[in-house]
Amino acid sequence: MASAARLLLRSAAFKASVTDVYGGVHCNSVGISLLRLSPSCTLRLKTQKRHAAHFTFHSDPVPTKYGTTTKMNLFQSITSALDNTLASDPTAVIFGEDVAFGGVFRCTVGLRDKYGKDRVFNTPLCEQGIVGFGIGVATAGATAIAEIQFADYIFPAFDQIVNEAAKYRYRSGNQYDCGKLTIRAPWGCVGHGSLYHSQSPEAFFAHCPGLKVVVPRGPVQAKGLLLSCIADKNPCIFFEPKILYRAAVEQVPTDAYYLPLSQADIVQEGSDLTMVAWGTQVHVMREVANMAQDKLGVSCEVIDLQTILPWDIETVCKSVLKTGRLLISHEAPVTGGFAAEITTTVQEECFLNLEAPIARVCGYDTPFPHIFEPFYIPDKWKCFEAVKRMINY
Amino acid sequence: MAVVRNIQKLWGLGVGAIRQHAALRTSRVLQQRAFRLSGAQCQESFDSSLEKPQFPGASAEFIDHLEFIEPNVIAGIPVYRVMDRQGQIINPSEDPQLSKDTVLNFYQKMTLLNTMDRILYESQRQGRISFYMTNYGEEGTHIGSAAALDSNDLVFGQYREAGVLMYRGFPLDLFMAQCYANADDVGKGRQMPVHYGSKDHNFVTISSPLATQIPQAAGAAYAVKRENSNRVVICYFGEGAASEGDAHAGFNFSATLECPIIFFCRNNGYAISTPTHEQYRGDGIAARGPGYGMLSIRVDGNDVFAVYNATKEARRRAVAENQPFLIEAMTYRIGHHSTSDDSSAYRSVDEVNYWDKQDHPISRLRHYMTARGWWGEDEERTWRKQSRKLVMEAFERAERRLKPNPELIFTDVYDELTPALVRQRDSMMRHTQQYKEHYPFDLYEN
Repeated sequence: MASAARLLLRSAAFKASVTDVYGGVHCNSVGISLLRLSPSCTLRLKTQKRHAAHFTFHSDPVPTKYGTTTKMNLFQSITSALDNTLASDPTAVIFGEDVAFGGVFRCTVGLRDKYGKDRVFNTPLCEQGIVGFGIGVATAGATAIAEIQFADYIFPAFDQIVNEAAKYRYRSGNQYDCGKLTIRAPWGCVGHGSLYHSQSPEAFFAHCPGLKVVVPRGPVQAKGLLLSCIADKNPCIFFEPKILYRAAVEQVPTDAYYLPLSQADIVQEGSDLTMVAWGTQVHVMREVANMAQDKLGVSCEVIDLQTILPWDIETVCKSVLKTGRLLISHEAPVTGGFAAEITTTVQEECFLNLEAPIARVCGYDTPFPHIFEPFYIPDKWKCFEAVKRMINY
Repeated sequence: MAVVRNIQKLWGLGVGAIRQHAALRTSRVLQQRAFRLSGAQCQESFDSSLEKPQFPGASAEFIDHLEFIEPNVIAGIPVYRVMDRQGQIINPSEDPQLSKDTVLNFYQKMTLLNTMDRILYESQRQGRISFYMTNYGEEGTHIGSAAALDSNDLVFGQYREAGVLMYRGFPLDLFMAQCYANADDVGKGRQMPVHYGSKDHNFVTISSPLATQIPQAAGAAYAVKRENSNRVVICYFGEGAASEGDAHAGFNFSATLECPIIFFCRNNGYAISTPTHEQYRGDGIAARGPGYGMLSIRVDGNDVFAVYNATKEARRRAVAENQPFLIEAMTYRIGHHSTSDDSSAYRSVDEVNYWDKQDHPISRLRHYMTARGWWGEDEERTWRKQSRKLVMEAFERAERRLKPNPELIFTDVYDELTPALVRQRDSMMRHTQQYKEHYPFDLYEN
């Protein structure tokens, strides 16, 4: 029952990703084709048209130190990282639901043809099996890159991730480990994903020693961080903001390169207020920082946390010591969200420097809704309002 | 698709009416086929091709009457046996013809495990170790299967397979070190007793969550297959664990991904207090194998030779054919589930006594050896004494040993200490030094 519903939604999400997400036309394409059958479709389409995307992608400066670059969107940069890995590591295998034909988000296109069906293959539809299988591959010494089709469906594998993968090295006294396991999963809101194609489950995993949890903000970070996750000697969960798969386009080095884990990235320097976010929300924060500068004359420092666990306490605290104010924003619900962890740590480390209460602008404590998404997400206006309040505190 | 096109070529397209008529006829023929397998083959070329179902999900014939497939639980999959309860070989062609030394080694490993069980069980009763699980009644499944493997075949276990490690030569001192969690424990004292593991013996460290090792073993077998190294993976689990979703995952993955793996189920009748009729309603675990497309067998788990033969053949074919095998070893859990359980609360003493006195893997092998003049009362007495001495010496050494350094709380969470873990370690050490009279430092290495 659940899987039947999921299959429907999977194809819907795939088709939606083929349509231009960046342009903000979030009409489900299945819906569009149905509407076209009715005579009044053009009219209906206009009235049904949703508002523009909640963020604007800011591309990074072209990286120069890693050799030649190619224009890639986020899904292509993932493919490129996987391609580099399969080329250099003969033990590496990629598996999951529907990865063989290229994946429902096109992240594995061409890899099966290039590297063989014993290295890029479909598994049965069973998430606990995928992660358990991946742990076994890694335990036997090979590189395992598992895909969970949506982060929303990672929970059946929660036991394998939390009780097994995360504790393998510790409980065996470092005799066995599954450090060569990386789990990739599409993550975050997508405009119309509703309850089970929108979730941001990073905080569930942040409470689990032994794991690394990483979220990139664009194609350059995605490739460099994914390659680091694959090379890292610990089990990593790599969440890919699916709304950026096609929307984010920039110049990405074609060769392998590695961006350090557990290191936050200061994407914009500032002096009055520190903003911390990850994934798509970094782009929202950049826009808010510009708004704050234009409308309030406030200089914001924007930090992309990049690694949720173990997170870069030093960079964040150093920034707050300088600015005295901290705003943290994530799409996931506020209660028990990872912002709570950052807040507490910063409050402990920077108590004397804080000039206003630390603000959290997050999703509400509800499931992720369908038609109400524009009201649910912590968009730039909610974040801007928080900045205003903090400055006037 | 190609099949469909061929059919159309052969039969043309304008025969709809005839086809309908033929449908009725063939399906009637097919009903009989289902029950007469051999005769069915020749019917194929006649006119059934038109009426063969084209569904991608299964290869089957149509049937024109309603009939549910009934499970066969009364006359289940038979239990393969090589010797009877008196240690007599039943069918000489099935006799593995093992040498005297090999058989003596089987016996000594089974009894040494039994002796270790008795001593560690008692030590838990006296509060000297925190927990223990015995292997009473299941010694034959461990030794018989372990002997049929190569020493570099990777083992994934549940927790009642200490005999596999014993057979592979894991030292008594290290069994004890793990149970005492002393400084010699290769697991660094982090897990509960009986959670053994040894890289040197290719035995993956045990964890408490049931069945999690099953899909992991499938993954390891896949990696082993790609290594092209003539190895298999064996994965042990109880019949209770087989109810977990992970068992389903592991069976299905290993079949679809063609993994060289042996699934070895110890069906001992109980999962703690839960009898098998509350665990499943099919014909045990072996009957599930064919549903996953797995070759399956049921063996007498108290017959070490039956276990050996089945494992040996499964190993040979798993390596050669890259496919999974399922062995269900029928046995009986003679001991309590663990030291935290009193099994008399849910089963009769008579039932336990039957298996302990009338049908035990150790006594059965002893009958076999006695009949051949390989073992007598004297040997038994000497070995009992010697094995007890070996275990007691290891036991005393383990008990005297200090526990590992408390700083080992923090290592191996990741491959390297994170800055946060360094801070937490330093904080713990500062605190415990300040309040050191309240912490048991004298029992730990520093």
